[in-house]
Amino acid sequence: MKQFRNMALPYIVWMVAIIVVPMLLIILYAFTDKGNDVATIRFTFENFARFFSDTVFMSVLKRSLYIAVITTVICILLGYPVAYVIANRSERSKIFWILLITLPTWINMLVRTYAWMGILQDEGVINHFLGFLGIGPITMIHTSFAVVLGMVYNFIPFMILQIYTALTKMDKSYLEAASDLGANRIQSFLRITLPLSIPGVISGITLVFLPAVSSFFIPKLLGGGQYVLIGNVIETEFLTSGDWNFGSAISLAMAVIIMISLYITKKVDTDPAANGREDK
Amino acid sequence: MEKKKIRLFSKGLLGLTAIFFYVPILYIILFSFNSSRSLTKFEGFSLRWYEKMFADSTMMEAVAYTVIIALLATLISTIIGTLTAIGLSKSRKLMRGIVEQVNNLPIMNPEIVTGIGLLMFFSALGIKKGFLTLLLAHIMFCIPYVILSVTPKLRSLDPNLADAALDLGATPMQALWKVIVPQIRPGIVSGALIAFTMSFDDFVISYFVTGNGVNNISILVYTMSKRVNPSINALSTLVILLITLVLLIVNFIPIMKEKKGRKTT
Repeated sequence: MKQFRNMALPYIVWMVAIIVVPMLLIILYAFTDKGNDVATIRFTFENFARFFSDTVFMSVLKRSLYIAVITTVICILLGYPVAYVIANRSERSKIFWILLITLPTWINMLVRTYAWMGILQDEGVINHFLGFLGIGPITMIHTSFAVVLGMVYNFIPFMILQIYTALTKMDKSYLEAASDLGANRIQSFLRITLPLSIPGVISGITLVFLPAVSSFFIPKLLGGGQYVLIGNVIETEFLTSGDWNFGSAISLAMAVIIMISLYITKKVDTDPAANGREDK
Repeated sequence: MEKKKIRLFSKGLLGLTAIFFYVPILYIILFSFNSSRSLTKFEGFSLRWYEKMFADSTMMEAVAYTVIIALLATLISTIIGTLTAIGLSKSRKLMRGIVEQVNNLPIMNPEIVTGIGLLMFFSALGIKKGFLTLLLAHIMFCIPYVILSVTPKLRSLDPNLADAALDLGATPMQALWKVIVPQIRPGIVSGALIAFTMSFDDFVISYFVTGNGVNNISILVYTMSKRVNPSINALSTLVILLITLVLLIVNFIPIMKEKKGRKTT
């Protein structure tokens, strides 16, 4: 079978070139001075120092993390009941609803975000509706509310699908045993279903938090030009001011912060019931 | 009584979910037929924004680039991804593990990080930003998904099958093409589908690696959305229709085939 083994070789070369090298370039740029030349290369921590000592950048970073955490929490609180309800329906109904939730994720995210621009306007559908009820108009576009809404809209399908998968994989005989032993519905939910579905929630968090922290077109479209998250800063550094070294440092800092957050999330999940889970 | 309440609650919840997901999509489709410029008031049916879109050469170019890049990236990444997955399934465990880890990087990394990495990579190589960089980038992020969807099918494949074919005098090419590929076809098809939609919908990575006036639909929507331009609604509707069509075709072809197969047997 040696002949077949060699078929992976071209890709391995390509992979190192186009996946590994760019990552190394980011690290290299982040730790070097502007005006990069192979001959005059100079290592420095200045890019990081500049980022972490600047109060404006720090407030942007804080806001990005805050928005991402809020988005993730809302996705769990709204996504969990939806996943739970779907997981408890008949087989045919399950397929239908999962398809219904998956379908929008195949449609261009930018287009779906753009759709909210019209809906959230001061004269938009929501305010029109509120007007009938004698409320408003409430300014929604270009607020944090709009940004979080856009993120929840785009990312909640991932949360629902992950929790749904965890719930359907669960061994139903645990629930039967619990009710045989006299547990009521709420008890068996809290002590069996919930702990067993935590792995789904955790992988859902990964899939929501990560794009939420780094998103830059959602804040731009729904938050307006003044609404800056960390992704927007990176975009500006690379495409407008052209300071690749500083931009690389910010990206690297962001990637590390994301990794640490996700690592902590996984560590917090030390519930014994969740052990022996299947990794997705 | 309590059961009824629960049932009502779950029905209501699902209804609201459907509304939440589909209202924005229907909203865009509706307003693409609006006769006025307004994004908030529907003032009558018209096709003027479609006319405008078809007359707009930057929009039509973006559509063409999006489709061409998606088709090329799908074709190339499906072939390379499948061959690589087969090769890896016969490789040593260590090698397989390393490749899997590296492959996960573009999937797990924030897209913006992948985008700027590629931007610096192409510039370091002196490749001008444009069609070629866009295509290379798309191939780069599509292949890992193809490998991911083909690998499980290979795992459930009997490893002796290819050996048997070789023993019976098949050339390696024949063994590959006539024995292995037909068995893993569902994985290849779903890999190709994921690759196509990933490429067709991509914004972030494309935005960083393109240049020289080469835009795809997403980039165009992003740059045009700063001003009110209802043609974007028409373009978006076109995108929604295209993707829905692709999904329908991919989902219905197996059903049709099955029906045909049943008829002939």
